[in-house]
Amino acid sequence: MIPGRFTYHRPGSVGEAVKLLASLGEEARPLAGGHSLIPMMKLRLAQPEHLVDLGKLGLKGIRAEGADIVLGAITTQAEIIDSALLRERAPILQEAAQVIADPQVRYQGTIGGNVANGDPGNDMPGLMLCLDARYSLTGANGSRQVAARDFYEAAFFTKLQPGEILTEIRFAAPAAGHGWAYEKLKRKIGDYAVAAAAVVLTMSGGKCNGASIALTNVAQTPLLAADAAKALIGTAVDDAAIDAAAKAAIAISDPTTDTRGPVEYRRSVLGVMVRRAIARAKTRAR
Amino acid sequence: MSNPAKTRVTINVNGKDLSAEIEPRTLLIHFLREHHNLTGPHIGCETTHCGACTVDLDGRSVKSCTLFAVQAEGAKVVTIEGMANADGSLHPLQAAFAEHHGLQCGFCTPGMITRAYRLLQENPNPTDEEIRFGIAGNICRCTGYQNIVKAIRSAAQVMAGQPRKEAAE
Repeated sequence: MIPGRFTYHRPGSVGEAVKLLASLGEEARPLAGGHSLIPMMKLRLAQPEHLVDLGKLGLKGIRAEGADIVLGAITTQAEIIDSALLRERAPILQEAAQVIADPQVRYQGTIGGNVANGDPGNDMPGLMLCLDARYSLTGANGSRQVAARDFYEAAFFTKLQPGEILTEIRFAAPAAGHGWAYEKLKRKIGDYAVAAAAVVLTMSGGKCNGASIALTNVAQTPLLAADAAKALIGTAVDDAAIDAAAKAAIAISDPTTDTRGPVEYRRSVLGVMVRRAIARAKTRAR
Repeated sequence: MSNPAKTRVTINVNGKDLSAEIEPRTLLIHFLREHHNLTGPHIGCETTHCGACTVDLDGRSVKSCTLFAVQAEGAKVVTIEGMANADGSLHPLQAAFAEHHGLQCGFCTPGMITRAYRLLQENPNPTDEEIRFGIAGNICRCTGYQNIVKAIRSAAQVMAGQPRKEAAE
């Protein structure tokens, strides 16, 4: 399988890259890790005439800025798994990155590509909803910030405009002592989730005083399960509260029947994922 | 559609700088196999699943069917051809795969060994579970993986300077 012909561009700065994308127009695609785009090009489902490689723009790295964690767009899943900073401040990203694809893909696949592509099967967008992350988008006319929770419109449709590049992801590190879990059922290594759930919660005096829950691959976009999180607040996160949260999550889900199973099955699995994720997050909360 | 100009790409493969005039759409696996006759890395699924095309690129295991050669310009690549010692003796991983029957048809083996090489660079003393997690991107349809895991465990011991011993069942 050989991709269609294209012209390859390797700009050295974000400014140069957005200028290129603006001048080349709709026939150009940005290239990050390439592990969504290159397979599509080999199948000729994508045939861009120009590829603008984002690999040399200096967009790599994970850093703390005050209370925020900042991820450069070209940071790979493998670098997320290896990060001492994330292990300390936001380990849920590592738990999620470890269930994405396989080792070779994680060395190449980037956080920016994962969240910007708009594929409902990708895991990191749900995480970003859960963490209330903001994306920095840069185009020929400057930069803007968009909340992850506003970014996803439909499958493969996002707020990213043609010619814009997602350069950076930023979120407030969850409170010290928070509990976390990312729970995903997949049929095999490399598969997308039948259903998956991200949970971050905080406990105080035996009661839950903060919770955020998001869902992966059970709708056209990742979903923030606000009512599910609300069902935990003020409770001891006992079986009744977990049950109520799972029901609230299932209520907003809208999966399709596909090779991963019929709608009823995927909803049922979603309930299991939410229950497991909450239970594990609770055991980790201090 | 336009016919973009060919471009000269140079990649350091197994310690030697290799160049070719290629179209940008040339995949790294084709650069290696067709332009430089390095047919050790295999083309299996061509869909980023099987790992038979795995090579080491700047200290990372990559599937060379899912990377354009132009992206690897200036990089250091190691293929299965670069694993054996200068005197021709086998790398401990190659020896262990032979000794422990870590292959039957052998099609996945070059990818398995180059992947296992990087795994042991990062984690010289992995548990069986870590080995299985670490080679999850490489598919073998013959062995059932048991002997591959055994071979990697044994090679780890040899590389750590411990005497070779029969791996525990």
